Amino acid sequence: MREPALIRMLPDGRRLHLHDGPIDLIVEADGNPRAMSAAYESAARRFVSILDELCGELPLLRSRVQRNSQSPRGPVAQRMFAAVEPYCEQCFITPMAGVAGAVAETVLESMLGPASLDRAYVNNGGDIAIHLANSESYKIGMVERPDRPSLFGSLEISAENPVRGIATSGWRGRSFSLGIADAVTVLADCASAADAAATVIANAVNLPNHPGITRVPARDISPDSDLADLLVTRGVEPLSQFEIDAALENGLRIATLLLKKGLIHSAALCLQKCVRVLPDTPTLSARFCRDGPPRRAVRSENSSATRTHRKDELACLKCNSASVSS
Amino acid sequence: MPDVFPPDTVRCDACPVLCYIKRGHAGACDRYANVEGQLVRVDPHILLDRAKSQGTPLVPFLEREGDWDGKIMKGQETFVTAIGAGTTYPDYKPAPFIVSSEVEGVDMVTVVTEGIFSYCGVKLKIDTDRHLGPERNLVRAQGEPVGHVTTAEYGSQMLSLGGVHHLTGGSKSEGRVTCETLLDLCNGKEVELTIDEGAGVRVAAGKPPVVNGQQEERMRVGCGSATIGMFAKQWFGKVDDVVVVDDHITGVLSEHQAGKLLGVRETGIAIQGRRSTPGRYFQVAEPGTGWGGTNISDPLTILKPFKTKFAWPRLRLLMVSTTGEQFAYYELDEALRPVEKELPEALRESVGRIRENCEPALTTVLFMGGAGGSLRAGVTENPVKLTDSVKRKLTRVTCGGAPAYIWPGGGITFMVDVTRMPENAFGYVPTPALVAPIEFTLKNDDYAVLGGHVDYVRPLGDVLKEKERQRQLTSHAQNPWPLKPRVESTES
Repeated sequence: MREPALIRMLPDGRRLHLHDGPIDLIVEADGNPRAMSAAYESAARRFVSILDELCGELPLLRSRVQRNSQSPRGPVAQRMFAAVEPYCEQCFITPMAGVAGAVAETVLESMLGPASLDRAYVNNGGDIAIHLANSESYKIGMVERPDRPSLFGSLEISAENPVRGIATSGWRGRSFSLGIADAVTVLADCASAADAAATVIANAVNLPNHPGITRVPARDISPDSDLADLLVTRGVEPLSQFEIDAALENGLRIATLLLKKGLIHSAALCLQKCVRVLPDTPTLSARFCRDGPPRRAVRSENSSATRTHRKDELACLKCNSASVSS
Repeated sequence: MPDVFPPDTVRCDACPVLCYIKRGHAGACDRYANVEGQLVRVDPHILLDRAKSQGTPLVPFLEREGDWDGKIMKGQETFVTAIGAGTTYPDYKPAPFIVSSEVEGVDMVTVVTEGIFSYCGVKLKIDTDRHLGPERNLVRAQGEPVGHVTTAEYGSQMLSLGGVHHLTGGSKSEGRVTCETLLDLCNGKEVELTIDEGAGVRVAAGKPPVVNGQQEERMRVGCGSATIGMFAKQWFGKVDDVVVVDDHITGVLSEHQAGKLLGVRETGIAIQGRRSTPGRYFQVAEPGTGWGGTNISDPLTILKPFKTKFAWPRLRLLMVSTTGEQFAYYELDEALRPVEKELPEALRESVGRIRENCEPALTTVLFMGGAGGSLRAGVTENPVKLTDSVKRKLTRVTCGGAPAYIWPGGGITFMVDVTRMPENAFGYVPTPALVAPIEFTLKNDDYAVLGGHVDYVRPLGDVLKEKERQRQLTSHAQNPWPLKPRVESTES
């Protein structure tokens, strides 16, 4: 029995909630009231056909992208494809790695067509597409694991900053990860690019063949997963500091490469209460860690990244999702 | 697409993704799951309909959609529970539902949210005389430690399961299994537990426990000594001596005060174990799952030879357990050795009476959790005021409409009998932690005073209009109606 898509205003009267199958969006626009209602109406109209559009070519979207892969037809699917294509020669990747960001982006774009908005965001379960006009800005709060919710870090993105997409990936999230990062949060030009990059970096934060990591073929959990027989992470035992450093270094190597290629603007990698931020600038580190300077910051020998060890839970970028507040 | 699936995989048709979902897992949306081979929506939002009469069947919302509109707007008869209400995580905003309704002229506000509890567990009371295991020993599920044996209470053994150390302090799989065990127990499902150096039990809330494969029927009527006291008169004259076998205190009629008062003659019986006072013996055997919670299956093993000075041939002896489930009748032969005989009709009645006086043995499950800072922040801008208001009984706390006992002292730590909550009221997050419904009900004025999110209060009628995700249930007949205004105030 097909459930109809849900379109409603949240009780606060400001935010729009769109839900269809596995897609769940929180949308907010700022502008004059006429522009806002035009934007919301347009978002809802665009939204209702997205799931069908994606499902129409689901087998293709669940297949590995390679150099000569056929590109999909649908506009959302094309964004997904474009987001993952830069990685297809280096690793196994499917367009699904960019689906959340691509949906957010598509809905945001539909809102900007009929309306001139000061700012707007579409939050797709932590993968967020943002629009900023003139001198507007958004403050992005990062939340730790949902059972211990409190903002432990925040960053501000202003109009002159090129960042328009934020995404988080990690093994504790709803999607599978091949790596062991609790969370990798990425800032990029657009949400789909951030989504794909966060997936790739989170996969790279890893310790191959480590006995303390439980891995299961993705198909054993979800028979139709795009990751098929690849081993996905289901549990990570507490690791030694040496192991944490090694796993984070693996992720940082890839993240540095993506930064150099211009695929991302910055990334924060979190594993068992240790956070590394890229690029290693004091302002950025400060942005990711709200509550003052890290208690212990050491220079890593083979990387320029700042390594912070924090004993307390709040200091960890273990967010499965980021929330936007103004 | 894979073409071969395990037989219990279901295909969800709630959306065009058409997920294949394995047994025990959820689809991509986390809203539909495969529960024992059936596709089940896991988050319906539940409304409780005030029970007009006992035993009204539960009516799923969708089946009565036709006559929903306009019929149930009478505020005080419907209470919005937190089951399926969702939480605002990670938004940190007012709770998903803050509902107002007018009850007997007083504006009541109910703040409805689903709490995610890492600090939580269950207290199990297992009615049994059988020895389940030494105090403090680990209780395991699927081999993982999920709790421990705590005190023995009257006719029952208490187990404490869960708690933050098992949920998040141990290995990943310890946490996962603990979460699963708590979830199943809270949702009324049967769970299999083993106790280190002890028994294996199968337990479910409100059902008789099964100990080492044997289902408990009855609680004991009292300890062995109490049983002697209760039945001495009925035995007098029909039998020369009675031993009530009990792991705690085994009673002996001829030596017991009750027997003495009736003038029961000394029989020369001699019992293993440590004599406490006349006719009362501790430790007649090891604890176990045999007679009266001891490890014995042959009651004669607790008897030493009869004293020849007092005993006589053809002396009649009844041995019975504290629940009347086990009994045996003996007569002494010429050498003063007990020989088993059929139980005479006259004694059959008293054994039956013991059994009758034993209440049904059950497992009871109390969920215990602590409402932390963030959950309270969904109710008020100043969380400590909520704690204060709960302590002063201005705010009533319910879980899925069931009354909650609030522990004295700091914080909002509460206990609730899961059988008084609607079925499947609990969920979990993979953290692992349990998701439990919690509702705070108080007067509108009081809500404003404690810094509540008054701008977010919605009339009950409005909430009821969003019917696409609601399910209406009859409230539990024994629960006080959550919206009833409090008459007394303990405010000083």
